Amino acid sequence: MEYVLIIISAVLINNVVLAQFLGVCPFLGVSNKVNTALGMAGAVTFVIVLATIATYLIQTYVLDKLGIGFMQTITFILVIAALVQMVEIILKKISQPLYQALGIFLPLITTNCAVLGGRILVIKKDYNLLEGVVYGASTAIGFGLALIILAGIREQLELVNVPKGMKGVPVSLVIAGILALAFMGFTGIVK
Amino acid sequence: MNQMQNFTKGFFKENPILVLVLGTCPTLATTSSALNGMGMGIATTFVLIGSNVVIALLSNLIPDKVRIPAFIVVIASFVTIVDLIMQAYVPSLYEALGIFIPLIVVNCIILGRAEAYASKNSVWSSFVDGAGMGLGFTMALGILGAVREIIGSGSIFGYKFIQGDGVLVFILAPGAFIVLGYMIALINRIRRT
Repeated sequence: MEYVLIIISAVLINNVVLAQFLGVCPFLGVSNKVNTALGMAGAVTFVIVLATIATYLIQTYVLDKLGIGFMQTITFILVIAALVQMVEIILKKISQPLYQALGIFLPLITTNCAVLGGRILVIKKDYNLLEGVVYGASTAIGFGLALIILAGIREQLELVNVPKGMKGVPVSLVIAGILALAFMGFTGIVK
Repeated sequence: MNQMQNFTKGFFKENPILVLVLGTCPTLATTSSALNGMGMGIATTFVLIGSNVVIALLSNLIPDKVRIPAFIVVIASFVTIVDLIMQAYVPSLYEALGIFIPLIVVNCIILGRAEAYASKNSVWSSFVDGAGMGLGFTMALGILGAVREIIGSGSIFGYKFIQGDGVLVFILAPGAFIVLGYMIALINRIRRT
């Protein structure tokens, strides 16, 4: 039951993008087409799950043991950057189709706030490893959900005559705002 | 380009938020009031100036292949410094900004300036560039925060001047997206004419 609550809360109520503002850059950047949005969502989920395990173990067995918690930011970002590189290399070797589908999104993930921010939150919320992984995967699903909805809307938007100044980023931001309003409707499902 | 133009380009012509649309996460998250927005802006400016100067100093020593990880380490060090200083001296702002202080590391503006400017230019130009970009960022955050605070709670910098509750949604998440969207549209309109 606990895990169900974590999932519902992370996907719908505290959606990473629309309620917590993590990962807004890729949210605006790769939401032109539904296909690319799917690719990005897949790559993010993959990296987030791996990063949760890696950062959790490092926090517990290295940073806490040595009492150097202040090194958290530096360590985590390096771990994530290294992990992204490693995933890229491994994917290239073992699965060419998957690499082609996710490959171009991987380098972007290092600077995705949702990856670093979510990992710091896992530590802050005192989750254990399994809860952390479930939470991480759910935030990634929430990110994917928001991304795919926005991409779907933006595909339709190409058929509409948008005022000149509003084209591109501004109209996407306003749509994101309306989406965030819609997602606020989920508040209160889980207390 | 002289140093004055170098400094002022961050305010309007190449404003990191309103024109380049970089670093949107902290922009949206921390501007629930003008003060929080500007606090975030100043913290980012400090990191930006520090990392620009250090990277300009080290640019000849850093091998080209590992430059991105090296830049990230420099930036992360400055972020840690800011994090500890804010925790010690401005605990209330530190609480309000929360997780977005460590997240300055992944602010695209900082890595972007390191890669596009500081690694190719002199120390002094990089300092000026960092200060200009940082203050442009702070200005945009301040304006966005002020608009949201005025509409959302009828106050500015914490001083209430309109009685009543205000439009709460502007302080919550949706308001952030919508106000920033219209601000960028306005800037687009001005730039075009």
